Amino acid sequence: MTETFRLDGTDVPFEAGETILQAALKAGRFIPHLCHHPEFRPHGSCKLCTVKVDGRQAASCTRLATSGMKVESETEELNAERLALTQMLFVEGNHFCPSCEKSGDCQLQATAYHLGMTNAHYDHFFPNRPLDASHPDFLLDFNRCILCSLCVRASRDIDNKNVFGLAGRGMASHLIVNSKSGKLVDTDFSVSDKAAHVCPVGVILRKRQGFFIPIGSRTFDKKTIKEYVDTRLGEED
Amino acid sequence: MNLELETASHPENLKRVAIDPVSRVEGHGKVTLLLDENNRVHQVRLHIVEFRGFEKFIQGRPFWEVPVMVQRLCGICPVSHHIAASKAMDMIVGAVKLTKTAEMNRRLMHYGQILQSHALHFFHLCSPDLLFGFDSDVARRNIVGVAQAYPDIARKGVLLRKYGQEIIRMTAGKKVHGTGSIPGGVNKSLSADERKSLLQEIYQMVSWCIEAVDIVKRLFEQNAQFYSQFGRFDSRSLSMVRADGAMDLYHGGLRARDTLGEKIFDHFDYRHYWEVISEDVKSWSYMKFPFLQSLGPEAGWYRVGPLSRVTNCDFIPTPLADRERREFLAFDDGRASGATLGYHWARMIEMLHAAETIKDLLHEDDIEGGELMAEGGERAGRGVGVIEAPRGTLIHHYRVNEDDLVIRANLIVSTTHNNQAMNEAIRQVALQYLDGNEITEGLLNHIEVAIRAFDPCLSCATHALGQMPLEVVVQDFAGNPVSIASRSPEGVFSSR
Repeated sequence: MTETFRLDGTDVPFEAGETILQAALKAGRFIPHLCHHPEFRPHGSCKLCTVKVDGRQAASCTRLATSGMKVESETEELNAERLALTQMLFVEGNHFCPSCEKSGDCQLQATAYHLGMTNAHYDHFFPNRPLDASHPDFLLDFNRCILCSLCVRASRDIDNKNVFGLAGRGMASHLIVNSKSGKLVDTDFSVSDKAAHVCPVGVILRKRQGFFIPIGSRTFDKKTIKEYVDTRLGEED
Repeated sequence: MNLELETASHPENLKRVAIDPVSRVEGHGKVTLLLDENNRVHQVRLHIVEFRGFEKFIQGRPFWEVPVMVQRLCGICPVSHHIAASKAMDMIVGAVKLTKTAEMNRRLMHYGQILQSHALHFFHLCSPDLLFGFDSDVARRNIVGVAQAYPDIARKGVLLRKYGQEIIRMTAGKKVHGTGSIPGGVNKSLSADERKSLLQEIYQMVSWCIEAVDIVKRLFEQNAQFYSQFGRFDSRSLSMVRADGAMDLYHGGLRARDTLGEKIFDHFDYRHYWEVISEDVKSWSYMKFPFLQSLGPEAGWYRVGPLSRVTNCDFIPTPLADRERREFLAFDDGRASGATLGYHWARMIEMLHAAETIKDLLHEDDIEGGELMAEGGERAGRGVGVIEAPRGTLIHHYRVNEDDLVIRANLIVSTTHNNQAMNEAIRQVALQYLDGNEITEGLLNHIEVAIRAFDPCLSCATHALGQMPLEVVVQDFAGNPVSIASRSPEGVFSSR
């Protein structure tokens, strides 16, 4: 007999070892998230998927589902906290959507729309993060990094290259390139790497592509972040 | 020339009148007048006090981002910056010749922009002055007043602008700040449905543009002396022309004429514009003062925009607009073609030309084509793109390093080209109408009318439905207020 837990009042089935988020997404129940990706082990860093499990907050991407647990997700309180977290992500980096080539294809932007974000609310940090344009085919724009570590995990666990890493602690955490010079050109990063295609924002960019895709044809012109996640789940490779 | 009015020889004991803000050009503009005790004018300056950081903060950004980023310079004519930057980046990627479809869609976007911007400028911003009078009731002197008194004119103005905006939406993806033009081509072409819907309305647009030309023509006919002399001054002119001398607002060579209409240079390759144009700086304005190198900074200033373009070209390559051009040049023995208010007439002729060009482009099947990107050629480190924007010649110049990042940028925008010319125009108006008279809102509006003839960016706020508060303080030399004239947010003028 399939085990279930209650998510916002309805039963969600799960298999042993599945997290709340995995089970919820499989059942077509969307919980906002950024650092989770179905192909990688959970990271639990963005905290956007925070839910209440039997009244206590937990990251649904790391918390294993157990039978009979009562999970709250779509509540005013939790969505307000998700919105605040998203706003903090925007002000910690330099996210200038109007001139960003990832606009319309960016999961951070789409999530912000989903949460009804209309302004940044907090003071911008305006950090100084120079670009790494050293690689002939790829550009790294660290201004947009949200420290989701998807590129780190992809390069380490799938590409077996370990091109990226997170360095520093707390507010000083930042994405680095694991080469002697610290530049991407001095790594064996290539277009066929999984890490080249996993960035949910606009950090790892294929050079000279820019605005090839017209407005109206971009990912989130055609679907919401929820629909995108559903599709991605169906296309798991 | 009134260069002596640029700086008063004895500014002591003169009172200062400031129109601040006149309105905005990506920030703020103001006019200052120095008057003596008899209200005689001794100094007139148009200051652009905004600081533009675009040339600096696009440094270090990838070149393909630039056409989308720099268009944020402006909310009225972003397409001009979008396309000028794209043309510069075409050079960077070595796209010597665009595909037919790409160039046609860029041209369509650009002429749609000319149509909507000229309609906005004339109907929304300037027609209140022209239809009601420069010193008419300020509460009525706005587009709402025009809509009440001349509903048919206002409606056509709004719909002409809307049509131009629709073209921009279809070619760029959005009505304001789209992404259609990219280095080496475009990211979409017009669809069959879009083309069909535009074709359905274009003939109506052409006919309304003819009516718009007639409105200005009638104003000149009714008051030829006033319209020809208001803020008049002699100037050199600069614009781009096609290889055969025709008006071309998208591409061509640079042509400059002197005050007598003789050519100073012709078909000059804009990719080396710095060999003929330099920029001077003055301590009292953030805006540079471009000049023709061969004549030097004192005598080399010039004007750009519709008046320069219509008088500079040998012909307009669409029949209705060219007929109007010839009538304009012949009017009153050529006096209209040198008048500051002649800008409006020339602007409406260009709007007609834009509508005719759009009609022709829509009849070309290649506008729906599939080849959007040119073959990339040899990479270049320098890119220059020039376009005739609604208000005049627009120059974008970039240097890009081997890593694809912008390392230097220079933008000379239309308003900058017209800097000295606008100063000349307001000095003439100050001498003609303010000199020796008590300052009133209506007289100050004469100065703004001269500025509006050149540049809607400087006039948009003051005519924004009468919502722009304006306060003019007349001070004595010690800085004590002598009198204060103000316009409330409701558009009510008062003085005390």
